[in-house]
Amino acid sequence: MTNDYIIEVNHVSKQFEDGKFALDDVSLQVKKGEFVTILGPSGCGKTTLLRCIAGFQVASSGDILLKGEDVTSTPPYKRPVNTVFQKYALFPHLNVFDNVAFGLKMKKMEPETIVRKVKAALKMANLTGYEDREVDTLSGGQQQRVAIARAIVNEPEVLLLDEPLSALDLKMRHDMQIELKELHDQLGITFIYVTHDQEEALTLSDRVVVMSEGKIQQIGTPTDIYNEPQNCFVADFIGESNILSGRMIRDRKVEFCGKVFDCIDEGFGENQPVDIVIRPEDIYVWDKAQEKRGQIVGQEDDDAEDRVPKGKFTKWYGEVQSCIFKGVHYEMRVLTPDGYEFLIQDYHEYLPGTEIGMLVKPEDIQVMKKEHYIYNYFDGEVVKNGKVRFLGAEWDVDEKQLEPFNVGDEVRVAVKFRDIDLQDYEEEGTLSGEVHFILYKGNHYHLTILTDDGDTLFVNTNDVWDDGDRVGITIAPDHIYLTTRGQKREIDEEDRDE
Amino acid sequence: MSSAQLEARRRSRQLMAKRIGGQAYLWLLLILLYAPILLIFIFSFTQSKVFGNWTGFTFHLYENLFTGYDSTAQVRVDPNLYRAIFFTVVIAIGAATIATLLGTLAAIGLFNMRSRARKSITFLNSIPMINPDILTGISLFLLFVFLGISRGLGTVLIAHVVFCTPYVVLSVMPRLTQMNPNLYEAALDLGATPAQALWKVMLPELKPGMISGFILALTLSIDDFGVTFFTKGSNGLETLSTFIYADARKGGLTPELRPLFSLIFLTILVLLIIMNIRTNKQMNQNKK
Amino acid sequence: MSKLTEIASARRTWAWPYVLFLVLFVVLPLLLILYYAFTTPGGDFTIQNFIKFFHTSEAVNTLIYSMAIAFITTVICLLLGYPAAYIMAMADFKTPQVMALLFILPMWINFLLRTIATVELFNMFGLPLGEGALLFGMCYDYLPFMIYPIYNTLQKMDRSLIEAAQDLGASKANVFTKVVLPLSVPGIYSGIVMVFMPTVSTFAIAELLTHNKITLFGSLIQRSFGEGGIAMWNYGAALSLIMLIIIAATSFFDQERDHDAQKGGLL
Repeated sequence: MTNDYIIEVNHVSKQFEDGKFALDDVSLQVKKGEFVTILGPSGCGKTTLLRCIAGFQVASSGDILLKGEDVTSTPPYKRPVNTVFQKYALFPHLNVFDNVAFGLKMKKMEPETIVRKVKAALKMANLTGYEDREVDTLSGGQQQRVAIARAIVNEPEVLLLDEPLSALDLKMRHDMQIELKELHDQLGITFIYVTHDQEEALTLSDRVVVMSEGKIQQIGTPTDIYNEPQNCFVADFIGESNILSGRMIRDRKVEFCGKVFDCIDEGFGENQPVDIVIRPEDIYVWDKAQEKRGQIVGQEDDDAEDRVPKGKFTKWYGEVQSCIFKGVHYEMRVLTPDGYEFLIQDYHEYLPGTEIGMLVKPEDIQVMKKEHYIYNYFDGEVVKNGKVRFLGAEWDVDEKQLEPFNVGDEVRVAVKFRDIDLQDYEEEGTLSGEVHFILYKGNHYHLTILTDDGDTLFVNTNDVWDDGDRVGITIAPDHIYLTTRGQKREIDEEDRDE
Repeated sequence: MSSAQLEARRRSRQLMAKRIGGQAYLWLLLILLYAPILLIFIFSFTQSKVFGNWTGFTFHLYENLFTGYDSTAQVRVDPNLYRAIFFTVVIAIGAATIATLLGTLAAIGLFNMRSRARKSITFLNSIPMINPDILTGISLFLLFVFLGISRGLGTVLIAHVVFCTPYVVLSVMPRLTQMNPNLYEAALDLGATPAQALWKVMLPELKPGMISGFILALTLSIDDFGVTFFTKGSNGLETLSTFIYADARKGGLTPELRPLFSLIFLTILVLLIIMNIRTNKQMNQNKK
Repeated sequence: MSKLTEIASARRTWAWPYVLFLVLFVVLPLLLILYYAFTTPGGDFTIQNFIKFFHTSEAVNTLIYSMAIAFITTVICLLLGYPAAYIMAMADFKTPQVMALLFILPMWINFLLRTIATVELFNMFGLPLGEGALLFGMCYDYLPFMIYPIYNTLQKMDRSLIEAAQDLGASKANVFTKVVLPLSVPGIYSGIVMVFMPTVSTFAIAELLTHNKITLFGSLIQRSFGEGGIAMWNYGAALSLIMLIIIAATSFFDQERDHDAQKGGLL
């Protein structure tokens, strides 16, 4: 146990009465003086984690250490942390001074000391002169500063901030971000910041903790998170990205989009399915018409030759579908002949219909471990009438699959991602559920479906769905494969590109 | 005059007629409503024992009421009247206080409960409000018999708390919903214990709801007859309502009730006017 | 922190004292009524009490009569009260609030006092006490309870709905029947419940206003627990249960459960 860590979260889980895990085995170590941001979409557990550190919630399992002491069940008023709440939570019946002085009064400090400290805190929050103002006469930004002053005047070891800027308008938010960063430098204490705004997280933090579904997806510096996302969720959540399925041929060689590329990642094994991430701004483009015998030749008024890196890079081609001016750059959608769509950002305009060439440098190809591949696996049980029960419903299964089994046998059910059919009307499905997460993989959509019973399914489809769409789920009998529990299915050759 | 102008004049006359008609109806209704009250008010200024006889303007009855002694008849004003007034006030204040404390805590607790528990307790809370006073009175009567508690001041107090507290809960709830949900936790975060957080942060916020709940409880308690009737027992405890009931059955109202009634009426009138001015002032403040 | 502190600082536990109180002083008493209604004085299970009621024609008549009186009172209050509430809510004169205050003020005065006042009024004018007086007295006592919820509901109504209806071609009558009236229904229901429930269960008012000539159902119940002695309690409990069922049935009409707390809304 290093003394350097001011906060240690060890395998913390938090389960609510309905059985849902708001936090699922979360572990985190924060160094003294760090600015750590917990980032994620709503419902990912970031606020719950913060509240556990603050003491408003008690973890169901695991422990939390503050300065080496176990504080898992310590009440909030005994912890050396202070919180800045999302909606400020200023006491309406007290004026600014009394609000800020509240914590000091609780500690029964001398009145002169209180006045001195409150004035100092207000100065740090740029609110000198506001002592006698009533809280409801302040603007949102001012209320925010009072909330901050009220927290820091107590000189906590750790300052917790729960989406403090989400109620402010854009300009105010940017200004406050700068102020908060300066405050952090000035005070030198640890900041734990919660937000769903990735730009905010990347701007402010020393380290970012990306969360989703109660689990930590990745912890790293802003650059790490952005340039080297470790899984699809992080890649998709942070910035724009092109995410595709591919195959790691061997160390530093990866195949995707039908072509082989050099890359810099190692350790993924040989001939292993992987996910690839390429940022839109990392793809170099040029007009195919500018090529002569495979070499890019520039024209007088175009410096394509100088823009595109020279050397032995794998190139591929596609047709521009759309090109939109975004102020700083153009954003294009490009479709390759075998059906992959790329999002590209470039400073030049390429009109729709133009055939362009693309290349990417090896260091800009980010390889990620694939978390699930081809098959959904479920636990099931053979029931009468040639059906198998899994996911809380009974499904018709091909006779041949059922042959080795008897009624009552426990089986392992495998269904390919792309063999699950989704219906617009819930009633048409054997099961109903909701579209929970959509990942575009270049040539198909990889959906995460949450059934009404709470099970998770993965579906690959070319249909376009929206987050939150209600769907009916059907699977054709000959697409349901049964094996004994513990076995995994062999991957068919034809599926390798999935 | 053009036809348009004639038309306009006709219309405005119609409107006026409607307005006057409407007002007339209201005033008529009001006169009917206040006739008995005004009558008692008027006849509180005369001395006759029989109601309806005007024997000249005098403050005599008021004197009697305040001194407890009828100088003309050389007889004491029924002392039970004063005892009844006393107990009415004591019970009202006592029950309202207990109800406010109990109900405020309950409202906070209810607000923070999960929906299933909240729904069932809200239902329980509404039972005393739905039950007519006779049912509440009889059910409590049976309870006190069952528990072997002899009926008296204590039982009446409990009974009043029963039908007052639900209204306190209902008065406090809206303030809870409007309040910033993080206030309590903010106080804890700044070092306050739960008790301190409640006292220093939550109660000041809930004060308006608590006050209106308290006043509501007061009036409900003073107004009650049925519940008190069954829970007061038979050792002489009377509140104003039960006293009047017994008095009226004996035939002929104690004349001193007339000034008492008039004073109550005036007090409430003044109170309501003050309250209304306050709410209007607050509303105008909030508009800013 | 100790387990006890952890429990106490969770705010949701602060309601438990009250819940305990409710169980002891609301649920248990009602269960006792149930118990007494279905037992003999000796404690054996029986439905005799109910049979006795249904066989006593006077008792049944009294119940029906009480319900009829309550019903008529409610109807009269509705017919008189709705226009009053409407005129005040739609007022284009300066201070409808003062008017509303005057109508509601009697609610705050002890209803027995008000009833006595009515008795004295009748005595003074030499009018006989009896059914007429009873009806008058009941309406007089409870009219404010009908006016207040209807006034409240009408006041909160979005005026632009009326304009929208007019814009779409509705005549004055249509605007009322198709827009205002339907929207005021919650207030009407509230008023009906607030008048019907006390009037169907009252006993003191009838005794005073009719010089004990007319007996209402409430008096029947009261007498079972008064002069009859313990033996009559079971019968009285059965009667109470019947009244409870009637009240419960009526209360399903009421969607705005906090009607009486609206009294506090005046403050």
